[in-house]
Amino acid sequence: MPVGNGTHGSRTRDPGLQPERTRLAWRRTTLACAVAASLAGRQALYTGIEPGSLVVLALVVLVWLAFLALAHRRIRAMRASRPPALSPRAAAAAVACTLALAVLGAATLR
Amino acid sequence: MSEPSPSGPSEPSRPAEPRGDGRTSAVADLRLWFAPERMRAEGSTPDYRFSLANERTFLAWLRTAMALVGGGFAVDQFLPETGRPLRLALALTLLAGGAVCALRAISHWVRCERAMRRGEDLPMSRFPVALGLAVGVVALLMVIVAAFGWGG
Repeated sequence: MPVGNGTHGSRTRDPGLQPERTRLAWRRTTLACAVAASLAGRQALYTGIEPGSLVVLALVVLVWLAFLALAHRRIRAMRASRPPALSPRAAAAAVACTLALAVLGAATLR
Repeated sequence: MSEPSPSGPSEPSRPAEPRGDGRTSAVADLRLWFAPERMRAEGSTPDYRFSLANERTFLAWLRTAMALVGGGFAVDQFLPETGRPLRLALALTLLAGGAVCALRAISHWVRCERAMRRGEDLPMSRFPVALGLAVGVVALLMVIVAAFGWGG
């Protein structure tokens, strides 16, 4: 079974493209987070623009930026030909972003 | 996994477990979430491709959780004619479902990762069935609400 050499010199690529698939999975999840965050932001402004709703909107944006940074870090780690396993802390942070969106949204339900 | 593994998850030398197999308290799981060192102390590192597959499964569950959370907002914003109690109940159900799904995603990821390190069988779960049934019930409710235009 010949293992194809990638474009990066002598690094051998995984024929199953596991790092690439994982990188795309993080991209998809960031996109899903963007959709959920947009709806949460819309939720915050639904009843009108008030100081409280602007604070919630800012928090929602911060949560999304945090997830983006998390995904970016992990995507960078995927450059290695044998990436290390995801750290439990990063996984917990990603879950925390989802929970934060749910809580922020629940706080602004009409 | 379709491709053959060069090294396998690990040699099936089941380490002597003082606590007996399968007994994993929720508190021990919770500690694993925040302690990568603790995870590395378990068994041996599996083939990186298995870890990445586990990570993608985790991300897929996380996307499911985000979709449920987004669905909760959508119910509140896009069913304005529905009575407030019913609309709130549906939205909160979906939001809570999303939160549970996210928590379960990391819990399952940790348990799978540890099982692979120890060379044990992957954990089984009833959660997918439960979630499927719950989403089905909520969807049916929403169809009824939308079709009959309930004022609640």
